Amino acid sequence: MIKTPYVTGERIREYLQENKRFDNRKADEFREIEIELGVSKNAEGSAKVKIGKTEVLVGVKMSVGEPYPDSPDKGNLMVSAELLPLSSPRFESGPPKFPVIELGRVIDRGIRESKFIDFEKLCITKGEKVWTVIVDIYSINDDGNLLDAAGIGAIAALKNAKMPKFDKKEGKILYGEKTNDSIPLAKEIPISITVHKLGESLIVDPTREEEDISETRVTVGSSNGIISSIQKGNETSLKLEEFDKVLDIISKVERDVFKKLEKFLK
Amino acid sequence: MTYKRKDGRKNDEMRSPIIAKVGIVPNADGSAMFQIGKTIAIAAVYGPKKMHPQHSQNPERGTLRCTYNMLSFSVEDRIRPGPSRRSTEISKITQWALDPVVMLNNYPNMVVDVHISITQADAGTRCAGINAAAMALAHAGIPMRDMVSSVAVGKMDKTIVLDLDKYEDSEFEDGEGSTDIPMSFTNNGEMTHLQLDGKITKEQLKEAAKMAQKASKEIYEIQKKALKESLGDLK
Repeated sequence: MIKTPYVTGERIREYLQENKRFDNRKADEFREIEIELGVSKNAEGSAKVKIGKTEVLVGVKMSVGEPYPDSPDKGNLMVSAELLPLSSPRFESGPPKFPVIELGRVIDRGIRESKFIDFEKLCITKGEKVWTVIVDIYSINDDGNLLDAAGIGAIAALKNAKMPKFDKKEGKILYGEKTNDSIPLAKEIPISITVHKLGESLIVDPTREEEDISETRVTVGSSNGIISSIQKGNETSLKLEEFDKVLDIISKVERDVFKKLEKFLK
Repeated sequence: MTYKRKDGRKNDEMRSPIIAKVGIVPNADGSAMFQIGKTIAIAAVYGPKKMHPQHSQNPERGTLRCTYNMLSFSVEDRIRPGPSRRSTEISKITQWALDPVVMLNNYPNMVVDVHISITQADAGTRCAGINAAAMALAHAGIPMRDMVSSVAVGKMDKTIVLDLDKYEDSEFEDGEGSTDIPMSFTNNGEMTHLQLDGKITKEQLKEAAKMAQKASKEIYEIQKKALKESLGDLK
């Protein structure tokens, strides 16, 4: 599949030097965010997230299994992602390639390390039975920044989720009978934001074209100003002064994005 | 004793709502969503484009390639993401259902990819997938000689009913049990797809086929309306 042509890339970089973007956004401005909750009724929780034309579908399923030996009284989290060929001419079916694996892992750490889920409350019988929370992320339309869309989607779907009933005697989950209990979650919402470096410029929420010419990116997961996970991607290095700027951008954007999410996640 | 449907539908009544929409995936050359009752399918078309790998190219005509995929959380018991034996078969069945209407003679060595995802499942997913796929193909402007509309008929004990829901499809066990017969028709009335699981007599099957054919016309109207609406005020 053809990537963004070289001349378009040049143009994007030139524009950015004058603080301009093709869609008139500022460097640290997100596109419109839209969230729809409960879009797939057989899932314990689900959310459709649109950032501009980028769209992801995230679902949460719960299952019961044995705890890991090193955390006998804690539930588990599993995050997986799939870049559906439906969502872009660039994605092909086949075994998961690196970007998908990274996507799942970055989102996993964003949720896990922020302590958003209270895993101790997901223990049913110590050493024997605990809940596993499974978050599955699917791309529906890729117009750049799937990473942040997936992060928002995961949080929204987790907040939307209701625990199914668990029949202790039979050891069976009654998926048809959802309880009114939410997954035990922290109040603070962890948000992961990715800053991209294009030439000398730092931007957030890149479109597909912008993301194509991104030289390096830093994804920071934080809740209420406390950083709990970071991933730097791609080969280009970052000066420490630039990194400082990245962190400043992220604390501002985190607040902006949080404001945009608030009305959907009440 | 006659079978009474749990949700109060008439025997020849499809589930509601039936919702059809096109243009839901901006990246795709054509795309559509089809919902019937609680089952939701989305489809996106990419192409015609050059077929890779080269040895799969057909120099005589273009190839239609369908992929059916269920999202892991679309069902109560999470399914492992990725292809399964079931999804591989349904992909092929979908291609067979649509092939008779797509005209790819002028696209040698090319492929038209149809990707179908089931985002919420409650029986009848392959039919919903085919309905979405047919709309997505039309939306992509792929030359077609007709539309394809798909619906299941079934037999609950001794009663022929239209468009089984999940209970009727997989839980009902009284008397002769449940027979599931997904079918697809062109608007011209020709059958392009037929499967059957269960027990049924020749006469009952004939009656069932008629019922499905009639319902397929209703679905056709809904598909057509959605496609027309996507054109906006073009006159």
